[in-house]
Amino acid sequence: MSPLADPVVVVVGAGPAGVRAAEVLVRAGLRPVVLDEAERPGGQVYRQPPAAATGLRFDTYGFERRKAHAIHGVLVDHGAGIDYRPRTLVWNVFERRLDLLTPQGHAELHFDRLLLATGAMDRVVPFPGWTLPGVYTLGGAQIALKSQGIAIGRRVAFVGAGPLLPLVTHQYAKAGVPVVASLDATPFGTKVAQLPGLLASAATAAKGLWYVGRNAARGVGVRHGIRALRVEGEQRVEALAWRDASGAEHRVACDAVGASFGLRVEAQLADLAGCRFAYAPDARQWLPERTAEGRTTVPGVYLAGDGARIGGADVAELQGRRTALALLEDLGHAVDAPEAAQLDRALARQARFRRALDAAYPFPSHLLDGVADDEVVCRCEGITAGALRRAAREKDVREVNRTKALTRVGMGRCQGRVCGEAAAELLARACGMDLGEVGRLRAQPPVKPIPIVASTA
Amino acid sequence: MTERVRADVAIVGGGIAGCAAAVALRAAGMTVVLLEKQLCGAGASGVNFGGVRQQGRDLAELPLARRGRAIWEGLNERVSDDVEFVASGHLKLARSDADMAQLEAYAAAAAEFGLRLELLGRDAVRKSAPWVGPGVVGGSLCAEDGHANPRVVGPAYARLARRMGADVREHAEVASAARADDGFVTTTAQLEVRSRFLVNCAGVAAGTIAGWFGERAPVRPIVPNMVVTEPLPFLVDRSLGVCGGGVYLRQIARGNVIFGGGDGWADAECRRSRPLTRTTLGAMREALALVPALEGCHVIRTWTGIDGEMPDVIPVIGFSSTTPDLVHAFGFSGHGFQLGPVMGEIVAELVTQGRSASPLEPFAIERFIEPAVAPGTAVATEP
Repeated sequence: MSPLADPVVVVVGAGPAGVRAAEVLVRAGLRPVVLDEAERPGGQVYRQPPAAATGLRFDTYGFERRKAHAIHGVLVDHGAGIDYRPRTLVWNVFERRLDLLTPQGHAELHFDRLLLATGAMDRVVPFPGWTLPGVYTLGGAQIALKSQGIAIGRRVAFVGAGPLLPLVTHQYAKAGVPVVASLDATPFGTKVAQLPGLLASAATAAKGLWYVGRNAARGVGVRHGIRALRVEGEQRVEALAWRDASGAEHRVACDAVGASFGLRVEAQLADLAGCRFAYAPDARQWLPERTAEGRTTVPGVYLAGDGARIGGADVAELQGRRTALALLEDLGHAVDAPEAAQLDRALARQARFRRALDAAYPFPSHLLDGVADDEVVCRCEGITAGALRRAAREKDVREVNRTKALTRVGMGRCQGRVCGEAAAELLARACGMDLGEVGRLRAQPPVKPIPIVASTA
Repeated sequence: MTERVRADVAIVGGGIAGCAAAVALRAAGMTVVLLEKQLCGAGASGVNFGGVRQQGRDLAELPLARRGRAIWEGLNERVSDDVEFVASGHLKLARSDADMAQLEAYAAAAAEFGLRLELLGRDAVRKSAPWVGPGVVGGSLCAEDGHANPRVVGPAYARLARRMGADVREHAEVASAARADDGFVTTTAQLEVRSRFLVNCAGVAAGTIAGWFGERAPVRPIVPNMVVTEPLPFLVDRSLGVCGGGVYLRQIARGNVIFGGGDGWADAECRRSRPLTRTTLGAMREALALVPALEGCHVIRTWTGIDGEMPDVIPVIGFSSTTPDLVHAFGFSGHGFQLGPVMGEIVAELVTQGRSASPLEPFAIERFIEPAVAPGTAVATEP
């Protein structure tokens, strides 16, 4: 690629990946544009309360306090060196232009180089009662606490299939909210088996164990290997019931449930930018293809952080920095080779840890095997598992976009961000195919809803 | 290894017209192979606005559209699926006195074809449609027009064709088609089809296929840019169009408002298409002018697809001018959805009887034959 005189470099996302990328770009003498949906930097993991919020009682960052404050400080410290634009939704990428929804209205922005650090969201699996008021995702439960200083209920239960479960359980318990159950849908044995790999990042593993230990000391021991679950209630959550690994049934009264099953990449912008995707059986997701340095299959478009593959906040910081170096190198800048090599080594170490973590928390496929026909999968459109199965059986549907076209699954406000993967899982089961064979929902602009207005910004 | 199949008729293109032709030909007892490059009904048939409209058509199309309208009435039973056809009425709006004069002239001409249109003045249009914006001066209502769900119709016809015994092949892009001694040989990467008849319903690719038989059919790709809102309280009980054709809009029972207007983007090979933001924002402005209550409502998705348009904006329907037993039905120019079902019957008539009950003269492919170059005339050639 030929050098550009004054390239417009745009970073999407002000979480750990986007912020660290911007920092490296500034250091090289560029003035990157950083676009972020939130009012303040930090992403989901280091989300801050609104500037106007006062009197929050909780220290939600815990061990990560210093990392969080460091990320929050970068954009502040660099002042005008970074063109930081909060409260800005990027809803489309086409050719070299981004479509934005800003506080002033619709706008567009040309870019020469684009670094997408769009993060992740909770992975949702339908179960009886999952659409009742009072059921949140784990991430949603965490955001309520971090952003607004409020809990999702007065007696809460959590269900998960990843490291977020012990963390959220800990955060709620520490904030003084009674956590009546903390249920892991993955087996305990996989964690034991993966211990050697988890020690590749001994400090992280130790923190995880500490959360588990603290939770246990508070009487909220995580129960593993949950086979089935059900939220009960008439108008809203009244109880959580589950079946344990031995087949025994349990039930606790509660007024809120946080439940989600790992994370999924928010990769719609990479899709719209034209990046090639591949099905990753180990992640059980379609992921945008990305080199270790962060390059995609589209020249000039880069990916870092959980928006490319779930790796967590520490990996996101490292990838943000490494990817920015690759971007600079492609712009013709001289890049500090030892720094790049050091980041590559750190990322390799993290990758070993992540592989072990993924294996310790396998996707709880068994929960999708038992979804009843009358269970709602797509709650925007009220589409049930039975409707999906019927389409597969009676309408020759073998592909998930076709399922969307014929059943309306994923056609509502979320455009499949919440239900798309569960729909693909159910379709694959109904057709007797592998998940990778039924395809993925194609992204269509806008990535999130945009208002009809007469004028542009 | 190449699979070899034989049929009375090979159909290229699994849009509504092609699939409906397969159905009608099977009903007439002929064997059929249908070749679709992607999935049936996923092209222009599946991504269009969904207007089931007679009003505003070229008068030459009206006999076909009138005949087609009767099929829509019983389509759910015919294809055993809910195609969501609603006879909401189609209201074509005038935004100037000149527009109104145009609507009046059209209504008089359409009456000759038995199409009854009700002309509404400034007050009457507001009584009938109180939600229209201040720029509207009148309108013309076709009560029997309406809309349906385009995503459903093509696949439903394809399934019906299969149930009736047609050999429907998807992901089967035609690589060549040629005349052979006893009919045609049509090939895909995996397949060789020998047939007595060949039907060209290939949409934007149909001009290329006509070219294989020495015929000129200047099909231009068009890329209608579509927008849909989140479900909203039901308000717009008519399908809407405007004089000049800028914007069109309908609301479905679920509550979503669907509108279009202007073109998206397609690549040179017509394989990929994308909505264009300036078109989407322009359509938003126009939709707001028609229905001001949409202000601030959320758009949740935009999409587009590729259709084929002829220079005179009416399709090519009929026998080839060069090749016996080759039947064309393409170039519906952005308004083929309503005509799709009737095209099946017309194609089957041409194949089985050699003629159609509907007047097809205006759609003959001969209209695109270029005048022969006189002998001795110098012809400029590309270097």
